[in-house]
Amino acid sequence: MWTWFHKLSSPPHFYRLSASLIPWFGWLAAAFLIVSLYGGLVTAPADYQQGDGFRIIYVHVPAAMLSLFIYMFMATAAAIGVIWRMKLAHAVAVACAPIGASVTFLALATGSIWGKPMWGTWWAWDARLTSELILLFLYLGYMGLRSAIDDTNRADRASAILALVGVVNVPIVHYSVTWWNSLHQGSTLLKKGGPALPPDMALPLFGMIIGFMCFFGAVALTRVKREVLVREQNSKWVKDMVTSK
Amino acid sequence: MQTPGLVDSALALLVRDLKLGYRRLGELANPLVFFLVVATLFPLATSPEKELLMEIGPGIVWVAALLSSVLALDTLYRSDMDDGTLEQMALSPQPLAWLLLIKTIAHWLVSGLPLVILAPLVAQAFFLPADAMPAMVASLALGTPTLSLIGSIGAALTAGLRRGGALVAMLVLPLSMPILIFGARATDLAMDGLDVTGPLNLLAAIMFLALSLGPIAAAAAIRVSLD
Amino acid sequence: MTFMEFLNMGGYAVYVWSSVGLTVAVLIINVITARRAVSQELERLRKRYANEANTGASQ
Repeated sequence: MWTWFHKLSSPPHFYRLSASLIPWFGWLAAAFLIVSLYGGLVTAPADYQQGDGFRIIYVHVPAAMLSLFIYMFMATAAAIGVIWRMKLAHAVAVACAPIGASVTFLALATGSIWGKPMWGTWWAWDARLTSELILLFLYLGYMGLRSAIDDTNRADRASAILALVGVVNVPIVHYSVTWWNSLHQGSTLLKKGGPALPPDMALPLFGMIIGFMCFFGAVALTRVKREVLVREQNSKWVKDMVTSK
Repeated sequence: MQTPGLVDSALALLVRDLKLGYRRLGELANPLVFFLVVATLFPLATSPEKELLMEIGPGIVWVAALLSSVLALDTLYRSDMDDGTLEQMALSPQPLAWLLLIKTIAHWLVSGLPLVILAPLVAQAFFLPADAMPAMVASLALGTPTLSLIGSIGAALTAGLRRGGALVAMLVLPLSMPILIFGARATDLAMDGLDVTGPLNLLAAIMFLALSLGPIAAAAAIRVSLD
Repeated sequence: MTFMEFLNMGGYAVYVWSSVGLTVAVLIINVITARRAVSQELERLRKRYANEANTGASQ
């Protein structure tokens, strides 16, 4: 177990490993996304209440799930980086932030596009939308702090602390926003997960979620490759690899 | 020479910070004046009607308190960072987290507590009924320490940076939103004559969470800033 | 179901297709920027090492 861990944490090994993993994740993502999108947009029956408008959930729900998942993943990587002083883990955390921010934006945008025909407005101060917005602010704060610190090592540790503080805060934010909202308006409109989705509606959704996860894997590993190159540019293996091509 | 214990060192640091605060009264007064000015802007920007101001009053008091506490963060670590005091603290035998907690408490005493005292004045200008006043003061008394503790992490993360101002706000404000929600809602409930123990308990719970974890995060952040 | 009906999305065409389009755009932009960041970094390093090799040889 530990030798495996050490091997993984060695940058040249990780670089080669991610180079061979990226195509797998990439093609899996493409396959899952295309098939499930076809399933969601074509073969799944229209919802009896929302008609074909419900099909937006096939892109909205995976984006919303991924936005939270990436934040947790980023914070876990940051924690590993701080606790075991593993530079590679910091590189992973850095790579996650822009992807997470863009997916959070996507969840907000598709949520508000869905809100227009269903609620009649582009934006409602609904609990889920509001906590998603605060999540976007957390991502932007993380990226802002990083860009303000020039030294990579310091930026790594400072942003890791911020990510961990954010993780403690995420459930509090979610809970407080839900509570705040429930006092103002009954969240009758947005009762998801009430009746279970029938399989021909649910399967494409699971497929989309897997596809989004694989997409995250591919893009994150690509970004980690770049981070490793920047951080290891003075090492022999990077020089050998670049000049030998 | 014997090293001073936790309590002795805490008292010494508290007295020192309060003395320093007393010498810089003008600097400390700025966030308070800011608090009053921001609160004045809202009636000018909306309307002087009593109904509207009553409706938005609790929210405005809380938003103004939040903004002024973020503004006050600049004085928390900046001067001690510049003259090397924080470096000495990091090297001292006392845990850095403990010392930062004391510093944050001293900072709250000179920036947060005056807000709690000034708030009823502002609330009066927004026609807040007298029955709701105790709830509002209680919510501020429980909420502003948490704002200082969260702010202390933000200030520690940006202590070594030249352009910290807007960044601190960007880091601290999203983390402070639960406090804003519960604080303003407690006052709202009190205005309607409803039970306020729920939000006040939650504010207290978050305060204790921040008391226990905040200084540890701030100490880690200060160590990063000192490198 | 005809192809036109599919495009029409039961009257929700604007909403559904803009969501899907935006999603595809965000995913593709992510892939492109990440890949470009790697190739740009490789290019920069290649130049840097070549530069160092040249100045090293001339000295």
